[in-house]
Amino acid sequence: MAAAATVYNPVGFDFSNQIRNNFLADRGIPLPKATSTGTTIVGCLFKDGIVLGADTRATEGEIVADKNCEKIHYITESIRCCGAGTAADTEFTTAMISSNMELHALSTGRKPRVVTAMTMLKQYLFRYQGHVGAALVLGGVDATGPHLFTIHPHGSTDKLPYVTMGSGSLAAMAVFEAQWKPSMTREEALDLVNAAISAGIFNDLGSGSNVDACVITATKTDMLRNFVKPNERVTKERTYGFRRGTTAFTKEEIRNLVVHEEIIGVRDDAMDVDGS
Amino acid sequence: MPQTRSFDPYTENGGTILAIAGQDFSVIAGDTRQSEGYSIQTRYAPKVFRLTDRAVLAVNGFAADGNMFVKKVKQRLEWYRHAHAKDMPLRAIARLIQTMLYAKRFFPYYVYNILGGIEEDGTGAVYSFDPVGSYEREACRAAGAAQSLVQPFLDNQIYFKNQVPAPGTTHPAYLSLPDVLSIVIDSFTSATERHIEVGDGLEIYIVFAKTRDLQDFETIRAKNVHLIQELTVAEDGERIFVLRRDLKKD
Amino acid sequence: MDHFPTNWGRPRNDAFDAYGTYPIQQRPNNIKDNFNGVQRTQQPIVTGTSVLAIKYKDGIMMAADNLASYGSLARFKDVQRLHAVGNHTVLGASGDMSDFQYIQSLLDDLIIEEFTEQDEHTLGPAEIHEYLSQLMYGRRSKLNPLWNSLLVGGYKDGKRFLAYVDLLGTTYSASTIATGYGSYIAQPLLRKAVEGREDTLTEREAQAILEESLLVLFYRDARSLDKYQIAKVTESGVSISESMALRTSWSFAEGIRGYGAQTQ
Repeated sequence: MAAAATVYNPVGFDFSNQIRNNFLADRGIPLPKATSTGTTIVGCLFKDGIVLGADTRATEGEIVADKNCEKIHYITESIRCCGAGTAADTEFTTAMISSNMELHALSTGRKPRVVTAMTMLKQYLFRYQGHVGAALVLGGVDATGPHLFTIHPHGSTDKLPYVTMGSGSLAAMAVFEAQWKPSMTREEALDLVNAAISAGIFNDLGSGSNVDACVITATKTDMLRNFVKPNERVTKERTYGFRRGTTAFTKEEIRNLVVHEEIIGVRDDAMDVDGS
Repeated sequence: MPQTRSFDPYTENGGTILAIAGQDFSVIAGDTRQSEGYSIQTRYAPKVFRLTDRAVLAVNGFAADGNMFVKKVKQRLEWYRHAHAKDMPLRAIARLIQTMLYAKRFFPYYVYNILGGIEEDGTGAVYSFDPVGSYEREACRAAGAAQSLVQPFLDNQIYFKNQVPAPGTTHPAYLSLPDVLSIVIDSFTSATERHIEVGDGLEIYIVFAKTRDLQDFETIRAKNVHLIQELTVAEDGERIFVLRRDLKKD
Repeated sequence: MDHFPTNWGRPRNDAFDAYGTYPIQQRPNNIKDNFNGVQRTQQPIVTGTSVLAIKYKDGIMMAADNLASYGSLARFKDVQRLHAVGNHTVLGASGDMSDFQYIQSLLDDLIIEEFTEQDEHTLGPAEIHEYLSQLMYGRRSKLNPLWNSLLVGGYKDGKRFLAYVDLLGTTYSASTIATGYGSYIAQPLLRKAVEGREDTLTEREAQAILEESLLVLFYRDARSLDKYQIAKVTESGVSISESMALRTSWSFAEGIRGYGAQTQ
């Protein structure tokens, strides 16, 4: 009577792990603290296409887990996606959609479109009712022109000329609201994105370190990793070396891993190392 | 289950403080960032205060309680001065702080205090407190947001924990002033790298015993002329200086 | 032997509580104060949103809109949330408006008292700020707060003063401060424009950055209004402007259709 398990997704929502999670929580085992990206991510439409920007700090609560992580993920050659929220969720979700976009492009024989990635992402996130904590800024240029979307963890999307997400989104949006104008040049757009991400880096504690940017136009995509580095560490006052023998040990045992070695020559020739 | 919404009289304002006692000096430092949640309230809010020429108090936790507590301690010290015609000795100030904190045992000052300075016998001292007044004299202590990052570093570099001395030698009982200052500065730059609530600026108070010769300090002062200010009031007693530095602002 | 007379003759069980320690001893509370018969631990009802303030070359400038909201209803649209205190100080309030009106009357009494003293001393912004900090912290410690975030700005004896105090008694001082949503949206803009340039920023530039911040707040804060006032405190005293209107621009939306795949 019960259907056999198949590899195809059944209709409706799959919450089988929720039962397990609730059981564990009742037993006093809390959900592990996920690494969140804190984050400031932005996207901005300019004359020739889209500029995406992101900071590079990943936090675990109040501790910085990664000082220089990459938040601008590859979807296709001319489509990229910035991710805020739970780091694992943004990584895996964008990687999955990237893979499916490649297959889709081969199947349709056409260059992939931004709305396709957007639709795949929103349908996936909605299916998980917000439990996949991925807040994304998706941007790219395709045969129909440049497009910029924002996708929330519950699956809603917005199509706008400038967007920000993450804990630093208010700081970045303030800069956009003050200075965005239509038909900017590449330089103006990059300066604006730098200003917006910097506002997040210096005013939001969840964001920090460097600015990454990605400029996508009809002809090419430029990934500007660590485009600005306003937070280099100063040289330390002292070097902290430890003398050999600093660590205490109670017993010393030296084992020779080569117990017995006997070299038997097979032929007189030298070993053949090249292909000739 | 009915839900009640109530006013929470406490909040956390982040930041970190640290104090190290030398043989005849004491160093008390704190960053200057005051934050709430993910926002920075101000990049310069001092957390370390001069009480007398020989006592410096660093407060960290809930800033409103911290600032009010410092005001109350200063008032008690002023009353003592009028009553006894002298400044309160450091260990007496430590005991006073304990009784003041415990008096509010059932609605505590949410503050971690570190008192540093020079004892009556001329030695450097550090006293650390919990929010309800439990205290102890130590050689070094870090408190606040990045306590768990800084204290282990101090345990290794000041107490030489987990380090075996070179054969035929022992670890020094006290460190020199330049070494202590380097450790303090490196503790804060490192804490700033990895803790989001630490940064913006650093203030280091240095208290010297009466009899101490300040030659080694003068060389440091010559290199950092614009960053060091003297706060000594009396003519013939202990001397107290403050050194200010920038920390990363992200 | 039970040493506590208040326990003699009262029910107790020698087996586990010989000295009558439970319930825990309470001091008798015989004080009748203004709070008896009134609820504590409140929630704000009629509220004002962000207040912004910056230091500039000649003094302090502070800005706030004219709205007092009743939850999501924009109830009172001509409210003045900036209040002059004496000749040297301006107070801006966000949060509960009834608590702000009470604070205004306390401060007015204070200024009148000080005026009648006639001793050639006048209360400056530092004194007003200290008075308010003690007031707010004291109310918080009675668990009956004045539910406000206040900005105190002023100019006295050649020195500029700008500080914040809130319902918890938290205080801080900086060259740019904003309350409420302003601390997330306006502060990044204010810090960028002012930090390091407090002594060269002109009056026109200061006004421009405050107006730009109020505009962005009107776009993004759902409890804000496009009608506002700006207060200025310089050596010549306090002046609060008439209400002004923000000029908004909605042309960015021209080309947008739908929220995803829609094309028409």
